[in-house]
Amino acid sequence: MDVFWAGALWALKIWLYLIILLIMIPSMFGFSLGISEIYMTILVKTLEWATLNIQKANSDEGTLKPSSSNGLIQRENGSMEKELEELRRSRPKPPVGGDFTLSDCFYFIRQGIESIVDDQVTQRFTSEELVSWNLLTRTNNDFQYISLKLTLVYGLGIIVRYCILAPLRITLTVIGVSWLVIGTSAVGLLPNWRIKFWLSELVHVMCYRICARGLSATIRYHNRENKPKKGGICVANHTSPIDIVILCTDGCYAMVGQVHGGLMGIIQRAMVRSCPHVWFERSEMKDRHLVTKRLKDHVNDKKKLPILIFPEGTCINNTSVMMFKKGSFEIGTTIYPVAIKYDPKFGDAFWNSSKHSMVSYLLRMMTSWALVCNVWYLPAMHQQEGEDAVQFANRVKSAIAHQGGLVDLQWDGGLKRAKVKETFKEQQQKKYSNMVVRDDSN
Amino acid sequence: MGSRASRLLREEEIEEIKKETGFSHSQITRLYSRFTSLDKGENGTLSREDFQRIPELAINPLGDRIINAFFPEGEDQVNFRGFMRTLAHFRPIEDNEKNKNPSATEPLNSRTNKLLFAFRLYDLDRDDKISRDELLQVLRMMVGVNISDEQLGSIADRTIQEADTNGDSCISFNEFIKASFVVNIHICTVVLVLVNI
Repeated sequence: MDVFWAGALWALKIWLYLIILLIMIPSMFGFSLGISEIYMTILVKTLEWATLNIQKANSDEGTLKPSSSNGLIQRENGSMEKELEELRRSRPKPPVGGDFTLSDCFYFIRQGIESIVDDQVTQRFTSEELVSWNLLTRTNNDFQYISLKLTLVYGLGIIVRYCILAPLRITLTVIGVSWLVIGTSAVGLLPNWRIKFWLSELVHVMCYRICARGLSATIRYHNRENKPKKGGICVANHTSPIDIVILCTDGCYAMVGQVHGGLMGIIQRAMVRSCPHVWFERSEMKDRHLVTKRLKDHVNDKKKLPILIFPEGTCINNTSVMMFKKGSFEIGTTIYPVAIKYDPKFGDAFWNSSKHSMVSYLLRMMTSWALVCNVWYLPAMHQQEGEDAVQFANRVKSAIAHQGGLVDLQWDGGLKRAKVKETFKEQQQKKYSNMVVRDDSN
Repeated sequence: MGSRASRLLREEEIEEIKKETGFSHSQITRLYSRFTSLDKGENGTLSREDFQRIPELAINPLGDRIINAFFPEGEDQVNFRGFMRTLAHFRPIEDNEKNKNPSATEPLNSRTNKLLFAFRLYDLDRDDKISRDELLQVLRMMVGVNISDEQLGSIADRTIQEADTNGDSCISFNEFIKASFVVNIHICTVVLVLVNI
């Protein structure tokens, strides 16, 4: 028995030393030994082979799948005016004193049924559906036995992911987070010399790099000359808390957020010792003037790091960008937009907070194949003359959506939990009324 | 796996729905996937709240009436069969269907049944006539607060006057068909796009 325990301890020590030497130290200093590149190449080849096999099997059977880019329905995409004109075309004479036909209701009926079959909003709050299965249990919707080879590869994948990769990643993340807490607290003890800022940045970046390795993240940064500078605000589309890790491996930002308890609270308090972040109490978040003032004070201090904000306010599934809340765009400073696009083939990065807790989400991330994403730094934007905060926010949103290949939606991400406002229905009613009773004053 | 269908659709059920509604196998599985994603309670049925969670439907002026059409008389839940039966009205009319068994019951997506769906939207009490009050109710839903009661009343009166041929001051189904002047019935269809990948 003792021999067993001694042997296990010895194996654990070797395991830890290997991790530190081969993964942690290279990632801390920003270079790579090439092990993860080999893994990714094998993975890409395996997934391509699997896709080919599934496609062959499907075309033999004649199974049809929806084309994910177009959605489920062929839409007319005409405006209300155009479609109602079309409906009324066959009427014998235009009546006096009110333009209404019984068939007008068909327009609304069709719009309604189309939205029941496939709408633009509710699908953004669940994981993106893959075009082809990526050999993960969680994305397998219609179970179909394709071939023995595929099932073996799938089984092998489970063993590799759960028994080899997951423990490795968990160890790395634990090391990364503890180092973050210890390192930032240590740096916080130093007096405010120049060297403190430099060390603080170094500690932050190293810890985030370790955490990124802990998720097997392959990140490609584009246009790094546009990286956010001090005194500005960096805005990005939000898919999950991992966005922070992705962005912070390449630069230092000041975070904005609510004060939490527990582990998150410890991390927050440690981080704020080494460099200023903006943490709000829950009660303070309701006061918009207070929030705006604190953010303004932070950006006006040119020594402080750029603030990182996610204006959508909630996690969206990375197929679209939803309404940006105008708060960050009212501060009047330079905005640095960043677009983040994950590749869903290697793992689903979206955090569905109603379905998974944070811990369960992180475990799912660690048992995926990998995390592959592209980050684009867009040129800085300023509020233009005669443009209000909402228009500015929409302009930035469109730029991010265009760069990331995401759908630009006007809908509020808050619709995940809240009901839509009555004013939108009233707008539709007003529009229709204008078609019934021509407004003579126009 | 547990994230999607809490219960998979059986082949016999798919066949039955296919016969009843005319949807293809893949369309049925796809719509079942949609049904389960709307079913937040995961109990195999949809309630009115589940429909109202769709923002585009919630802002539709006739949204409530459309949702009502899915629920059988006096019921608060609709199962997948009922869901498909209502959606079947909106399938495009295929030419080859007209020539099939002429003695069989009319398919759910026939021109007449499409018009009947719209007629029933107005005719809330199911007495097979649209009264002035019922017409006013639907008009009010569509225009909101933007038109006065008198103007709306005169629009309703004029509409009934033009459509009513038998002088009972109500619009029957046949009068409705003639008065709606719908030549191009494709306006009442929703085309599902399914491609081979």
